Amino acid sequence: MSTIEDRLKDISDIRSMMEQSSKFISLSGLSGISAGIVGMAAAVIALNFSGTAGTESSGSNGVVFFLIGSVLTLIAALSLAAYFSVRMARKKELPVWSAATKSLLVNLFIPLAVGGLFCLLLLYHNIPFLIAPSMLIFYGLALLNASKYTLKEIRYLGMSEICLGLIASAWVQFGIVFWGIGFGMLHIIYGTFMYFKYEK
Amino acid sequence: MNKVFENRVRLTVMSILAVNDSMDFNSLKKMLTLTDGNLATHIGSLERKKYIKVEKEFVGKKTLTTYSATQAGRKAFSEHIDAMEKLIKQCK
Repeated sequence: MSTIEDRLKDISDIRSMMEQSSKFISLSGLSGISAGIVGMAAAVIALNFSGTAGTESSGSNGVVFFLIGSVLTLIAALSLAAYFSVRMARKKELPVWSAATKSLLVNLFIPLAVGGLFCLLLLYHNIPFLIAPSMLIFYGLALLNASKYTLKEIRYLGMSEICLGLIASAWVQFGIVFWGIGFGMLHIIYGTFMYFKYEK
Repeated sequence: MNKVFENRVRLTVMSILAVNDSMDFNSLKKMLTLTDGNLATHIGSLERKKYIKVEKEFVGKKTLTTYSATQAGRKAFSEHIDAMEKLIKQCK
C-alpha cells in the first residue's frame, strides 16, 4: 500500500512534467530587458534620423536605412533574447531544443512573418506611417499566439502591445515614439517583472 | 488505483502524453533521463494495455518513433488522478 507522501510526490511529478514537456519555461527576464534596451536604442536613433533628415523626404535612402536598421534591430534583439534563455535552460538543466521550443517558435513566427510581409507591402504602397503601428499589432498577436507554449505572463505583454498598436494607429505622427514604448519600455518592464518573480 | 500507473516512469510518460499531441522516443528519454532499455520496457507495458499508440516513420535512413495517448489511456489516466485525489482527501 502506498503512502500519502508517495501520492503527493506523484502529483508534483505529474505537474512539473506536464509543464516542462508542453511549455518552454526557460524564457529569461533578462531576455526581455536586453531586447527592450535594443528596441529603445533603435527608436532613439530613428527619432534623431527622422528629426534631422526626415525619413519620408529622404526617399529611397531613407527606405534603405529603415530596412537595414529594422533587420539589425531584430537580429540584435533576438540573439540577446536567445542567449539569455539558453543560459537559463543550462542553469536549470532543461533541454533547450524540445518539442515545446519548436511549438513556441512556430507559433511566434507565423504571425510575425505575416506582419513583416504586411509592413513591406505598406512600404511598397507608400503608407510608411502605418508601419510602426502594424509592427506593434502583429508582434502583440504573435506573442498572444505563442503564449500557450511558454510562461503565461507573456499573454499580458502581447495584449499590451496590441493596445499600444491600436493607439499608435490613431496618432500616427507619434508612430516611432509608440514603437519605442512598445518594443523598448514594455519589454524592459516585463523583463524586470519576470526576473524578480522567477529568477531572484 | 490503476496498477499500471503505480510505477513513476509510466505515470510520468502518461502525463507527458496527456498534454502533448505526440512525443518521440528521444525527447521522452531526455526528459525522463532514462536509458533506452528502461524506457522501452515501460512504454511496452503501456502499449500492451493500449494506453498509448505507437507510430513509426522514416526520416532519412533513421526511424522516428512517436507516441501518443489513446482515448482509453486518457480515460485510465484521469481515473487514476481522481482516485489519488480521493485518497488524499480521505487522509486529510
